[in-house]
Amino acid sequence: MITGIVFLPLIGALIVGFFGRALGDKVSQIITTGLLMVAAAMSWFTFFDVGFGGNAYTVTVLSWVASGDFIFNWALKVDTLTAVMLIVVTTVSSVVHLYSIGYMHHDKSVPRFMAYLSFFTFAMLMLVTADNLVQMFFGWEGVGVASYLLIGFWFEKPSANAAAMKAFIVNRVGDFGFALGIFLIFVLTGSVEFDTIFAAIPAVADANFVFLGMEFNAITISCLLLFMGAMGKSAQLGLHTWLPDAMEGPTPVSALIHAATMVTAGVFMVCRLSPIFEFSEVALTVVTIVGATTAFFAATVGLTQTDIKRVIAYSTCSQLGYMFFAAGVSAYPAAMFHLTTHAFFKALLFLGAGSVIHAMSDEQNMMKMGGIRKLIPFTWAVMLIGTLAITGVPGLSGYFSKDMIIEAAYAAGSGAGGYAFWLGVIAALMTSFYSWRLMFLTFHGKPRADEKTMAHVHESPLVMTIPLAILAVGAVGFGAVFAGDFIGEGYKEFWGSSIYIAEANNIMKEAKQVPSWVVWSPFIVMVLGLVLAWVIYIKKPGSADKLAKSFSGLYAFSLNKWYFDELYDAIFVKPSFVIGRFFWKRGDEKTIDYFGPDGVAARTKDGSKLASLLQSGYVYHYAFAMLIGVVVFVTWYMLSGMSA
Amino acid sequence: MTELPVLFPAYPEIFLAIAIMALMMIGAYSKAENTLGAVSALTQVSFVVTAGLVLFVVGGATQLAMNDLFIVDQFAVYMKLLILLASLLAVTMSNGFIRREGMAKFEYPILIAFATLGMMMMVSANDLMSLYIGLELQSLSLYVMAAFQRDNSRSTEAGLKYFVLGALSSGMLLYGMSMVYGFAGSTQFNALANAFTADTGAHMGVIVGLIFMVAGLAFKISAVPFHMWTPDVYEGAPTPVTAFFAVAPKVAAMALLIRVLVGPFGGLVAEWSQVIVVLSILSMFIGSFAAIAQSNIKRLMAYSSIGHIGFALIGLAAGTEGGVEAVLIYLAIYLVMNIGTFACILNMKVGGRMVENISDLAGLSKNNPVMAMLIMVFMFSMAGIPPMAGFMSKLFVFKAAIDAGLIALTVIGAVTSVVSAFYYLRVIKVMYFDDPAEKLDSVESGAMKLILAVTGIVTATMIFYMPVVTDPAIKAASSLFGG
Repeated sequence: MITGIVFLPLIGALIVGFFGRALGDKVSQIITTGLLMVAAAMSWFTFFDVGFGGNAYTVTVLSWVASGDFIFNWALKVDTLTAVMLIVVTTVSSVVHLYSIGYMHHDKSVPRFMAYLSFFTFAMLMLVTADNLVQMFFGWEGVGVASYLLIGFWFEKPSANAAAMKAFIVNRVGDFGFALGIFLIFVLTGSVEFDTIFAAIPAVADANFVFLGMEFNAITISCLLLFMGAMGKSAQLGLHTWLPDAMEGPTPVSALIHAATMVTAGVFMVCRLSPIFEFSEVALTVVTIVGATTAFFAATVGLTQTDIKRVIAYSTCSQLGYMFFAAGVSAYPAAMFHLTTHAFFKALLFLGAGSVIHAMSDEQNMMKMGGIRKLIPFTWAVMLIGTLAITGVPGLSGYFSKDMIIEAAYAAGSGAGGYAFWLGVIAALMTSFYSWRLMFLTFHGKPRADEKTMAHVHESPLVMTIPLAILAVGAVGFGAVFAGDFIGEGYKEFWGSSIYIAEANNIMKEAKQVPSWVVWSPFIVMVLGLVLAWVIYIKKPGSADKLAKSFSGLYAFSLNKWYFDELYDAIFVKPSFVIGRFFWKRGDEKTIDYFGPDGVAARTKDGSKLASLLQSGYVYHYAFAMLIGVVVFVTWYMLSGMSA
Repeated sequence: MTELPVLFPAYPEIFLAIAIMALMMIGAYSKAENTLGAVSALTQVSFVVTAGLVLFVVGGATQLAMNDLFIVDQFAVYMKLLILLASLLAVTMSNGFIRREGMAKFEYPILIAFATLGMMMMVSANDLMSLYIGLELQSLSLYVMAAFQRDNSRSTEAGLKYFVLGALSSGMLLYGMSMVYGFAGSTQFNALANAFTADTGAHMGVIVGLIFMVAGLAFKISAVPFHMWTPDVYEGAPTPVTAFFAVAPKVAAMALLIRVLVGPFGGLVAEWSQVIVVLSILSMFIGSFAAIAQSNIKRLMAYSSIGHIGFALIGLAAGTEGGVEAVLIYLAIYLVMNIGTFACILNMKVGGRMVENISDLAGLSKNNPVMAMLIMVFMFSMAGIPPMAGFMSKLFVFKAAIDAGLIALTVIGAVTSVVSAFYYLRVIKVMYFDDPAEKLDSVESGAMKLILAVTGIVTATMIFYMPVVTDPAIKAASSLFGG
C-alpha cells in the first residue's frame, strides 16, 4: 500500500517526463492525475488505518548504504505523523493536478509541467515516509529540485529564472545546516535511523561539543543546525526571501509547493524529530522566537502588498511562523493540526487567486481589480470560505488550529511563550485585516480594470472549480471533524509514539485551562481586523492612501519587506559578485589558466619546436649527440662511483 | 675422434641461410619475366617454413649450439616468431609499392631475408662474437635497404646517414665489448655472468664498457640520445622499408638488449637500470614533444616509435622478470599496431602518387570511412586509450615499474603519454572534422586488405584474449631468468 502511494507519482512522472511528447497533452494529464488520485485514495485509507487503527509499520524497500557502522535502508516508515502528511500531500497534489489541467491548458509544455508536479509529489512523499535522516535529506533535496524546476517553469522569463535560482541558493544555506546536523547526530548516536537515534538521545543529552575552544551542548547544536534546514525550507525569518519571489511559478505550483506541502516540510521535520528537540530547552526557545517573529514580520509585510499572490505568500510565511512557535512550546500536535488545516485553506486561497487571475486575463495587481464578485460568484464564494477559515471564524478549520496554538503559547508560561502569544495575537489581527483587504480589493468596490478586461471576466471551467470545491469542504469541515483526535482529549492515542513530548512540557493539557480572555482574544482581533478593513476599503475608499501618507515611514518599511532583499543584496550578493569576478578573471583566467592549461600547452609547443630544431639534418650533429650521450653517462658513473 | 659441433638448435637459421642463397641464384639466373614475384613468394614461403622449424622442430627447451655461441630458449622462440611475422608482413606489404616506384628488383626480398637472418642470430646470441656477427648482418642489409631507391636523393641520403651513424655505433659497441673482454677474459655470456655478480661489484672499466655497449645497442632501438638518425631515415627511406625498419629491427634489437643486460650483466642490474631509466625518460619526452610539430606522417611515426621504445624501456628499467614480461607484451602489441598503421600509410596515394602529409588525410571519414575507422583504431591504440591493445601494453609496463618502485618513472610515462595523445588525436581530428581533401585511391590488393583488417581487428579486440600474448611472454621471460 505505502509503496504504491510513494511510487505511483514517480511512475507517472517518469512516463510523462520521458514520453510526454509522444503521448500528447491529454494522455499525460490523465496518467499523472489518475495515478495521483489513486495514491490519494490509498492515503486516506492508510490515514484511518494508522491514525485510528493504530497500525503503524515500516516497510524496507532495499538496503541503501552499508559502509562500516554507517548502515541504513530505503525504508518507508508509516506512523500517524506520516499518515497525516500523506493525506495532505496526496490530496492537495491530486486536486492541484486536476486544477492544472484547466489552468495550464494554453501552455505549450503541459507534459513537462505534469511530470514535474508528479516528481515533486514523489520527492515529498519520500521525505515524509523517511525512516532515517539521509532518506529524509534525499526527499528534502528532491523537493528542492522540483521547486527549482517549477518556479523556473516559464524559463523564457528572466524574472522566473532569477526567482528559481534565488530559491535554490537560499535553500542551500539551510540545507548546509541540515547536513551538518545529520553529521552531528551521527557522531553523537552512531546512526541515522530514527528509531536508533531516538533511543540513544536520552543517554547523550548532556554530551558536550567543543567548537573554537568553547563547549556547547551537543544536542542543542544539532537541533539548531537541523532547525536551520527547516528555516530554509519553511521560509522562516532570515531565510524567507525566496518564498515571495517563488510566486513567479505557475499558480498551481504556488498552491501545492509554496503553500500546502513543501514549505511545511520544516514543521514536519521538527515534529518528526521531537524526541531530539525535547531534550534541548535552548533549541525549543529559538524555534519559538523565530516562529513568532516570522509570524509577526510576514503579517506586517502582507498588509501593504498589492500583488494578490504575494499577499497570500506572506500570509503563508506568517502561518508557518505559527506552526513553528507551536512546535517550540512543545505543542507539536497543534503545529501538525494547523499544518493540515492550513494546507486546505491556503491551497484554496491560492487556487482561488489563480481562478481570479485566470478571469482577469493574467492580472495579478489587486489595485486593478475590484467589483467582480457578481461576475465570478463561485470563485468569490470559495475565496470567502478560505478567508473565513484563515482568519479563524469559529467553526471553520482555522479556528480550531490557530486558537489552539495561541492558547498553547500562553499556557507555556515561559518568556518565549509570552512573546509568541502576544506576537501571535497581533499577527492574527493583521491576518484578519490583510485577508479581508484582499477580498474587498479583489471582489468589491468599483471595477478598476479597463473595459476590455472586464468584458472578458468569466468563471473558470469545471475542471478548475471542482478542486476548489473539494478544498473548500476541507477548509470548512476538517477542523471540526478531526479537532478532537488531533488536539483534543484523544490526542495521545491518535499520535501514538510518533510525537514525543517530555513529561515536564505537558502543554496540551494546560492549553485547555487558560483564562477565558486568552480564549477570546483571537476572535476579538479577528473581528477588529474585519471591521478595520471594511472601514478603510469599503466605507471610506481612499482612506488607505491617507493612512499610507501619514505613516509613510512604516508604510515604506512594510511595502519594502523590511528591506531584507536590499540588505542581503548589499551584504551577500554584491560582494559575492565581486569575489566571483575576481576569482574568475584573476584567479581562473589570469592564474590557473595562464600557468595551467594554457601555459602548459604553450610550453609544450615551445618544447616541440626546440626538439625539432635539434634535428638539424647534419650527420656530424647527430654523431656529436651520440658521443655526448656516452660521455655524460660515463661521467655520471665516474662521479657517482667516486662518491660511493 | 673430433666432436662435431652441435647444430640442431640452429636448424631454422641454417635453413633460412641456405634458402636465401638458393633464392639469390634463382634471381640471378632466372630469365623469367617476373623474377621479383617468384623470389618474393619463395621468400615468404621460407619465412613460414623457418617459423615452423623454430616452433615445432627445435622447440622452446633451452639448448646451446656451436660451442655455446648460440642459444635457443623460450625467449628466443618468442622473439624469432615476432621477427618472422614482421618480416613476412613487410615483404607482403612492399609488393605494390616497389613495383610502382621503380624498385622492382629481386634483391629486395632477399635483403629483407638477410636482415631477418641477422636478427634471428642476434636473438639467439650467447657470445659477444655471435652477437656482433648477427648485428652486422642485419645492419648491413638495412643500410642497403634504406638506400634502395637509388635514383631518389632522399633515399640515398637516408641510407648514407644510417650507414655512417651505424658505423659509429658499431664502433662504440665493439669498443665496449673489448673493454668487457679485457676485464672478464671471456666473451661467452655465461662466463661473463659468472664474472660479474652483484656481490663482487663491478670495476669502473666494466661499467664504462657496459655503457658503450648499451650506447651501441640503444642506437639500434633508437633510444634518445642515440635516436637522431631515426626521423631522417624514416622519412627518406621508401615507405615499405620504413615500415620494416619500424618493426622487425626494433624488436630484434630490443631482444638483444634484454638478453645482454639480463644475461651476462644480470648481476649489475643496479648499475645499468639507471642508464635505462635515463634513456627511457629522454625517449618518452622527445618521442612525445618533438612529434607535435611534425606534418609528415612518416616522421611522425618515427617519433612515435622513439616514444614507444621509451615506454618499453620502462619495463626493462624495472629489471625484474615482470618487467621483461611487460616489454615482451609491449613489443608484440607494438608490432601489430605499427604494421597496421604502415599498411594504412602505404595506401595513402592520390591518383597513384604517394602522399605523406597528415593534411592529406583530411576528411577521410567521408571519402573512405573504413580506412578512417582503421586509422582511428590504430591511433587510439598508440595513444593508449582503452579498450585498444595499446592501453594494455602501457598498463603492463607501468604496473611492472610500480612493482619495482619506479614511481617517478611511471608518472613521467603517464604525463608524456598524455602529451603524445595530442598528436595521435590530431590525426583523428583531421580525418573526421576537417574539410575533405583529395580522395585517396582505394586499397591496392587483397593481401593488403587482409593485413589491414586483421591488424585492425586484433588491435581493437586483443583485450578479450590477452593470454594469447601474455602466456608465451611469461614463459619467455621466465626462461631468461632461469625459471
